[in-house]
Amino acid sequence: MIANVSIYEILTLTTLLFFIGLYGFLTRKNLITMLMSIELLLNASVINFVVINKYMFPEMLQGVYFSIFIIAVAAAETALAISIIINLYRLKVSVDVNETETMKY
Amino acid sequence: MERIFFYIFALIIIVFALASVMSHKILRAVVYLLFSLLGVAALYFMMEYNFLGAVQMAVYAGGIIILFIFSVLLVHHIEGELEEPTFTRKVLMGLASLIGFGAVMSVILTHNFITVDVPRASTEVSEIGKGLLSYGEGGFILPFEVISILLLAAMIGAIIISKSSKKG
Repeated sequence: MIANVSIYEILTLTTLLFFIGLYGFLTRKNLITMLMSIELLLNASVINFVVINKYMFPEMLQGVYFSIFIIAVAAAETALAISIIINLYRLKVSVDVNETETMKY
Repeated sequence: MERIFFYIFALIIIVFALASVMSHKILRAVVYLLFSLLGVAALYFMMEYNFLGAVQMAVYAGGIIILFIFSVLLVHHIEGELEEPTFTRKVLMGLASLIGFGAVMSVILTHNFITVDVPRASTEVSEIGKGLLSYGEGGFILPFEVISILLLAAMIGAIIISKSSKKG
């Protein structure tokens, strides 16, 4: 564990980060910035896995494995979502959520 | 000493995350997100999970941020301004986020986390690799293989989706 830093301080930090990401996800209307907010949410949960692994079960590595899987899924999700956004821009010339009302062009 | 550094990194993470969700210029928002993710990597290094910190820097800072910057440059002008959300929307969503934050914090602060201070497990990359590829108890071979299939599928899917369809 980090010396002199309790688990509550780190969990407060990750909760704050999570709800900042949630605020961004709720207020933004641009698809790319919404995706960035999702990255913040995923990062907050990854830190939670790592911190609980480190502070409560330091003899195991399970939290690290889960974090690696979350990071891999986040990378795959971002790549796919950005390809969808670029394709949507070709069809609609806009990446605003209000403009994308139909699922099929 | 570690406490001071932790608070510096926490401040960096929170300030840049806020700047990222509130900035009006989209390219600046991406760069603020980069600094926030680098602060998270610094936290991993402080917890002595060096491999995870390296992965965070390589995948997020190296891969995902570059993808974001490319997509911003393809879709927007470089000085592209974002539409400002209405005031009531900002207040309502900020209030909703604050209520959620309060609810989660009340649960966290009343729960008694039993922290232990035993010598840590080895966090060498070889140990992580052995755990990921072990068939035995607590091994992660199946999720590891599933993730490799997922990455392949995502790669093929991204190529097929973003390939321009001339007839469409």
